[in-house]
Amino acid sequence: MECFWTWCCDILRNPTWFYLLTTVAKLALTFAVILAFVVLSVWIERRVAGWIQDRPGPNRAGLPLFLLRPFGSKKAQPLAGLLHFFGCPPDGHIARLCRWLRLDREIPIFGLIQPCLDGAKLFLKQEITPSYVRKFYFILAPMLVLGPPLVAAAVIPFASEVSTSFGDISMCVANLNIGPLWVFAVSGLSVYGLTLAGWSSNSKYPFLGGLRATAQLISYEVAMGLSVIPLLMMFGTLNLQEIVGAQAADGWTLLPLWGNGLAVQRWALLIPMGISFLMFATCIFAEANRTPFDMAECETDLVGGYHTEYSSMKFASFFMGEYAAMVIGSAMVVTLFLGGWSIGFGADAALASCSEWLAVACQFAVFLLKLLAFIFFFVWVRWTLPRFRWDQVMKLCWLVFIELAVANIILTAVILYFVK
Amino acid sequence: MSYIPVKRPKFSLLDRIYVVELVKGLSITLKHLVLSLLGKSRSKKDFNGAGIGACMPFPEQRWDDRLPSYYRGAPTLVRGEDGRERCVSCQLCEFICPARAIRVTPGEVDPGSPTPKQEKAPLKFEIDMLRCIYCGMCQEVCPEQAIFLSKEYLITPTDRSQAIRDKEQLYRLGGAKKGLINKWNQYK
Repeated sequence: MECFWTWCCDILRNPTWFYLLTTVAKLALTFAVILAFVVLSVWIERRVAGWIQDRPGPNRAGLPLFLLRPFGSKKAQPLAGLLHFFGCPPDGHIARLCRWLRLDREIPIFGLIQPCLDGAKLFLKQEITPSYVRKFYFILAPMLVLGPPLVAAAVIPFASEVSTSFGDISMCVANLNIGPLWVFAVSGLSVYGLTLAGWSSNSKYPFLGGLRATAQLISYEVAMGLSVIPLLMMFGTLNLQEIVGAQAADGWTLLPLWGNGLAVQRWALLIPMGISFLMFATCIFAEANRTPFDMAECETDLVGGYHTEYSSMKFASFFMGEYAAMVIGSAMVVTLFLGGWSIGFGADAALASCSEWLAVACQFAVFLLKLLAFIFFFVWVRWTLPRFRWDQVMKLCWLVFIELAVANIILTAVILYFVK
Repeated sequence: MSYIPVKRPKFSLLDRIYVVELVKGLSITLKHLVLSLLGKSRSKKDFNGAGIGACMPFPEQRWDDRLPSYYRGAPTLVRGEDGRERCVSCQLCEFICPARAIRVTPGEVDPGSPTPKQEKAPLKFEIDMLRCIYCGMCQEVCPEQAIFLSKEYLITPTDRSQAIRDKEQLYRLGGAKKGLINKWNQYK
């Protein structure tokens, strides 16, 4: 045992192995969180949609404890057969616990199981590949939609740093110096998925949907890139971990209430930052193909858009890709504008001086809470706004956002130069 | 002029900036969300729903006692108040049925029965509930007022053969109707 322990320590002391192992652990955590959030955001979407429309939404699916009935009768003692098999006395603690838990009912935990069941259903559905499609690209497209958002998540910091006896761990899979650029570049790749899906389906409506997706995503990428430049000018770095660190120390971009955030310059910069936030959030909506910008799958004039010809798990990949893009988009907005993992009001430094691991755990929880809040905002907007017309979407991007973004950059430069 | 030109409303600058309107819309939906979570949705009282929003949680709470008098549910056969089978198996319902859900096999009435003048009664009467579209044409066409649409709406067979209702089932569901039809009474 001790020999194994020393072997572990030896491996961790090697910087390469340490880096590799921690990265793999962080990667697993990030993937698990994102996939869980994809599932969770489907549930949030449907519940919130229900509440907004004065109905409960999916609230039935729960833990199916009634499936345990074959192991015991329903009325007297749950799991009687199983308890007898293991030789537990009928009036013992375990039997009483089973009775108290009423292990024969269904527990509807707010319908949280619903997305899992939906996923299982989609797995079991018949897979239809029409005979007239281009098979290779048809199969490639869903992968290209689902992959990029998951890869883009690598640079998003979910907590601050921890120093262990073996070395420092930065709580971010890849602490790149080109954070936002990486996210824009990689998530921009998903446009290939949508285009290929529309093109390879060899059918009119998917084709139109693919064309729309291409035009829309490419246009809004320009506006999105321009809209964050004022923010990068303010922080003077492209490293997301450093940006969040600066926000933790001196106030969030949109809430400069502590540290250097109380300076006149920061308050003057709130104007361009507010405009930047509005534009960036809107562009994220457009990039994630969400209502009011879901022109690519606008069912009123395109049947189902680019995924009309898809069924079963391939369709589910598109569906999950959309939600993954939404989660990553929310994470970007939270990281850039709402302080990322920072708890705020100087609590980060105070916690870190107490215990670094505690600080990291709290920051992770806070980050997830902020993420949930912004996902809720996504859903809220979706069930409020009607879909825009196609020409309005393009006009908004090319005639409003790009000009506004450039003006915003100039305004930021002026403020940075003159207001000290 | 066969069309009416609709004037588009003129939007003010504030409307065109859209942000204020967006916030207004968001506040409306948020109000609905909060009210439905608090159980104070508008028209919740009218619907008497016990669930979130204005909804009834269906299997536990039902709409049955509020179904309107004209509600069209599953068709059923009825007996008269004298217990006589009203159906004389004229098969008009079978002919009128647009979904071809009804199959009638005519039979003869026992001469010893109280209404021998009726002569015919269905030997078999089957309604396929998978085909029935609840249009109510059978009820409308029946000259004997023998077939009525009930208010039953929960028709959940577990296989296809269960969905076909035979004569006994239909009479059991229909029961007896008041209003004596005397034309088959041989003493009148």
